[in-house]
Amino acid sequence: MDFFTTLILLLDSTVRLSVPLLLAALAGLYSERSGVFDIGLEGKMLAGAFAAGAMAAVTGSAWAGLGGAIVVSVFFALVHGFASITHRGNQIVSGVAINFIAAGSTIILGQAWFRQGGRTPSLPGTARFGAIELPFADAVRDVPVLGPIYSELISGHSLIVYAAFLLVPFTWWVLFRTRFGLRLRAVGENPAAVDTAGISVAWLRYRAVMCTGILTGLAGTYLALAQNAGFVKDMTAGRGFIALAALIFAKWRPVPVMFACLLFGFLDAFAIRVQGTPLPLIGQVPVQFMQALPYILTVVLLAGFIGKAIPPRAGGVPYVKER
Amino acid sequence: MSAPYAKLPAWADYGLIPLVNLAVAFLVAGLVVMLVGENPIRAAAILIEGALGRGQNIAYTLYYATSFIFTGLAVAVAFHCSLFNIGGEGQAYVGGLGVALVCLAFDSVLPWWLVFPLAVAGAAVFGAAWAFIPAYFQAKRGSHIVITTIMFNFIAASLMVYLLVNVLKPAGSQAPQTRTFVEGGQLPKLNFLLEAFGLSVRSAPFNLSFLLALLAAFLVWVLIWRTRLGYEIRMRGFSPRAARYAGVSETRIVIIAMLISGALAGMMALNPVMGDQNRLQMDFVTGAGFVGIAVALMGRSHPAGIVPAAILFGMLYQGGAELAFEMPNISRDMIVIIQGLVILFAGALEHMFRPTIQTLFASLSPRSAGIEAEAGKGS
Amino acid sequence: MSQTAIELNGISKSFGAVRANRNIDLKIAAGTIHGIIGENGAGKSTLMSILYGFYQADSGRISVAGRPAAIKTPSDAIALGIGMVHQHFMLVENFTVLENVMLGAEGEAVLNSSIGKARAELKRLERDYGLEVNPDAVIEDLPVGLQQRVEILKALYRGAEILILDEPTGVLTPAEADHLFRILRQLKDEGKTIILITHKLREIMAITDNVSVMRQGAMVATRHTAETTVEELAELMVGRHVLLRVEKGEAKPGPVMLSVKNLTVKDARGVTVVDTVSLDVRAGEIVGIAGVAGNGQSQLLEAVTGVRKAVSGTVTLDGTPVELTGEADPIDLRRRGMAHVPEDRHHVGLVLPFEENENAIMGYHWQDKYLKGPLLDIEAIRADAREKIEKYDIRPADCRLKTANFSGGNQQKIVLAREMEQDPKVLIVGQPTRGVDVGAIEFIHKRLIDMRDQGKAVLLVSVELDEIRSLSDRILVMFAGRVVGERGPETSEGELGLLMAGVDKKEAAE
Repeated sequence: MDFFTTLILLLDSTVRLSVPLLLAALAGLYSERSGVFDIGLEGKMLAGAFAAGAMAAVTGSAWAGLGGAIVVSVFFALVHGFASITHRGNQIVSGVAINFIAAGSTIILGQAWFRQGGRTPSLPGTARFGAIELPFADAVRDVPVLGPIYSELISGHSLIVYAAFLLVPFTWWVLFRTRFGLRLRAVGENPAAVDTAGISVAWLRYRAVMCTGILTGLAGTYLALAQNAGFVKDMTAGRGFIALAALIFAKWRPVPVMFACLLFGFLDAFAIRVQGTPLPLIGQVPVQFMQALPYILTVVLLAGFIGKAIPPRAGGVPYVKER
Repeated sequence: MSAPYAKLPAWADYGLIPLVNLAVAFLVAGLVVMLVGENPIRAAAILIEGALGRGQNIAYTLYYATSFIFTGLAVAVAFHCSLFNIGGEGQAYVGGLGVALVCLAFDSVLPWWLVFPLAVAGAAVFGAAWAFIPAYFQAKRGSHIVITTIMFNFIAASLMVYLLVNVLKPAGSQAPQTRTFVEGGQLPKLNFLLEAFGLSVRSAPFNLSFLLALLAAFLVWVLIWRTRLGYEIRMRGFSPRAARYAGVSETRIVIIAMLISGALAGMMALNPVMGDQNRLQMDFVTGAGFVGIAVALMGRSHPAGIVPAAILFGMLYQGGAELAFEMPNISRDMIVIIQGLVILFAGALEHMFRPTIQTLFASLSPRSAGIEAEAGKGS
Repeated sequence: MSQTAIELNGISKSFGAVRANRNIDLKIAAGTIHGIIGENGAGKSTLMSILYGFYQADSGRISVAGRPAAIKTPSDAIALGIGMVHQHFMLVENFTVLENVMLGAEGEAVLNSSIGKARAELKRLERDYGLEVNPDAVIEDLPVGLQQRVEILKALYRGAEILILDEPTGVLTPAEADHLFRILRQLKDEGKTIILITHKLREIMAITDNVSVMRQGAMVATRHTAETTVEELAELMVGRHVLLRVEKGEAKPGPVMLSVKNLTVKDARGVTVVDTVSLDVRAGEIVGIAGVAGNGQSQLLEAVTGVRKAVSGTVTLDGTPVELTGEADPIDLRRRGMAHVPEDRHHVGLVLPFEENENAIMGYHWQDKYLKGPLLDIEAIRADAREKIEKYDIRPADCRLKTANFSGGNQQKIVLAREMEQDPKVLIVGQPTRGVDVGAIEFIHKRLIDMRDQGKAVLLVSVELDEIRSLSDRILVMFAGRVVGERGPETSEGELGLLMAGVDKKEAAE
């Protein structure tokens, strides 16, 4: 049973660690499916986390924190949109810029406003998204196998965790069962087809990047108000890029995105768990190797050794009416 | 292509527009300074004073600029081949390994002037090697080089931490770094150059690799605009199909351009590792690889633009340190914001002000803004 | 019959300095098929794009069914019952037919019920017009003929009463084109108004009720089709009677310089695009390859010149074999005397952002005369460029000017000068006069004949049948990737046209 308990704990932290990845990857999915590449997920998530921490610290309300995060994150998404949709700038360059602006400004503003070395003040439980105990979680705890799975693994997460996993089927539904989704997928493949069908390419793409902003704001909120008790500088720590890797790994499809994020979250949880202890058969695995594994896997995937990741055809290319 | 750009005089195209973009970037940075309750004009004065005020400060400015020249050139060479190398950070990091291995092996047996060329080679080879895999995958398997180079930055960070902690750290030491190189692994300082101008420098890490950076800038200019290889790189950059038609192998040229780019990024490591710290430390690159993106964009991928852009960023780094000292609300992270704003306005929003400036020119002298012939646009 | 579907008044549109449409008036009667004919670049597509709301006219008025209409976007046009089938299909390739048809006309925000409706409506259209296509097929798996049908369905699904077709037969086989015309007639019988843009006189005569002719951005005439002739239309199109017969003497063919045997090429999807093609080109002759665009001519050129890999077959250049299936080397072929004027000068033959002199050495930049060690000999390169500018009368005569700033004709001369001045043994030329003004066409044709008379072997590919007929000493016709026949230059246009459609009169007679 000891192994089982360990496994449950491992999976539990897998869930916690994969949620910010999942939210950010789903965020990227909206933008990239519409043909706007976004390597600025990291920056938007970071800005969102800071806004969440700052708002929650000032107002004492987690919901205000969430609202602030979404506003700030959408603002950055709109900057990306302005550069890459309206001015047809290089989307990669714009994304890089946003990452830097977010990294610098969160520290500068945090220090100026709160004077805690770039942190926001530590938040009380009321200003955070706390764990939610699902009904009967305590009652079934002692039921073998299913009990711990329900009470430890499924119950006891914050609202955002449940929201994140519900967003997976929701995103699938939006993408494949709604008018917006149909147009979104079309504009990422052939914007001229969308244009001649009488739909505004720019407005459609703007809506897509706003969706991205909302979800990266949610991801940032999770980091600052659920996983931690406030904003800490550079708290995204490359998660935006792992999310991007997961998005590519999942070939820009919602359900595989969830599995990719769970896999990368698991690798992270596993690395933390086994730190220093040798594994059976393999022996000592350097923790750095575990940390690098998501990136290595993505490179291997991109090289086409395990299936081929084909991005949306119009991705990265600004739309210009042809003459 | 639909909005026909009126032709601007070259000085406006290569001088005025970049300057306007830069000015806007600094204007927005000024707003951030105001947002944290400081006076942006005073901040700018402190920054300039801190960067250029005394010989000591100038030496530091040039020390930082040295790194940025290398990384800026690295990004620019790849740009000319229409490749976006975001991996300068990782390539520089791994390049440091090349420098350190050479220094560790020879610092006690050879004089610095013999170790130096070996270290240059080590830096270039290791940096190039780290760029090779993304380049190969791009050329042979079509993997997007932007993504793979980002991934390789993270992989490099993990690899280097592993090596520093488990392999390179001397026994008994706690810090994850190599031993300090003895004389053979230390580059001479160039502070005397400044002193020759009557400036006084107490101690600054401004070292020989600055001259190497200038040499590299010149050689990159020769490479891109004066050699067959550079001609082929630019051809591929503008039009891969034309390059194929002209008999330029896509695989070969992409890999070569990335190797050169990686080598230049790797050579950045000479400056801090051999020129200043005299040991390989964790995270010694400190974002210089990314600054290279801003420098290349600002310098329009031309060495004549990259060197001043690198010096400007050197000023920001040095002056920013002084600024953080004087203004408690501003830390050196202000530079990161400015860097981001420069990338945004000089890069992604490069053409934002062009139509306005063109209208302006057209109204000033209608003839100077003759519309560019609508050639190359059959039906 | 006398009702007016569309009336345009004084439509003008400029792109930069280019006046694509000048003060155009046009009246189209409801329930007719109205042809608009003109050369490439006459402004037909621009005019129709304005009518469809894709571009905004600089001035002028549009009225639809007698009422003034402000058409600012395609959705305005769609609301007015105007549909358009673009020359390059506006389809999402990895979507199904149904998804493409619905796109932009989905109805409600949630698709569930509208999918059913769309399916039913497609069935109805299929029944009413004989437009059969599997609604669940993915576009990229369909042949072009069916893809075009999807475009028509898209327009009809949106309730189009006026249907614009822009060069619809360019990508179709003759059989597919015939089928399309049957559909168009049927649509007309249903009361729809059809505007057919084309540069093919034959189509105008075959199907239209009225025809308008455009030239250099202006509307020059409108006629009842029954009351005009091909000759009159041709003259209206071109403006003056262009002498297409190029003055040339008898060919004096020498030894075989280029020999292609059983060449087979497949495209990225594995479809055979060149199918066991064999041909010989002798010194001192021009061999022309005729065919409808997309029948494998482009791929044949690319394979022979080493730009594209072939699957099998042999090519011999002046007696020595050429590596075809491995990593072919265009530079090696140039060294051995093969010059190549590619079909697409914008993306292949030239690098538009380069200075003129940089383009003047492209593909030959490895030659010693342009190099000093590893360095380019800038002085030699520019001197060389100035010489060619002089000799080929390239304007403006500035070798430092960006190539994008030259006109189409002058750009083509840059390419021709580069390739012809290498004194090649074999010259391979694709679409030498596409998008080139009339004056330059004559110059280019003369130069090609000169090359022949100097004893070069010239292989010419063009989709302009007139060009093929006036330049070639022998004509090969390609259809569906194969060479389906060889004829002399005196062969009638009709016979060649049939061959291009895959019908061999001689064989049929035998």
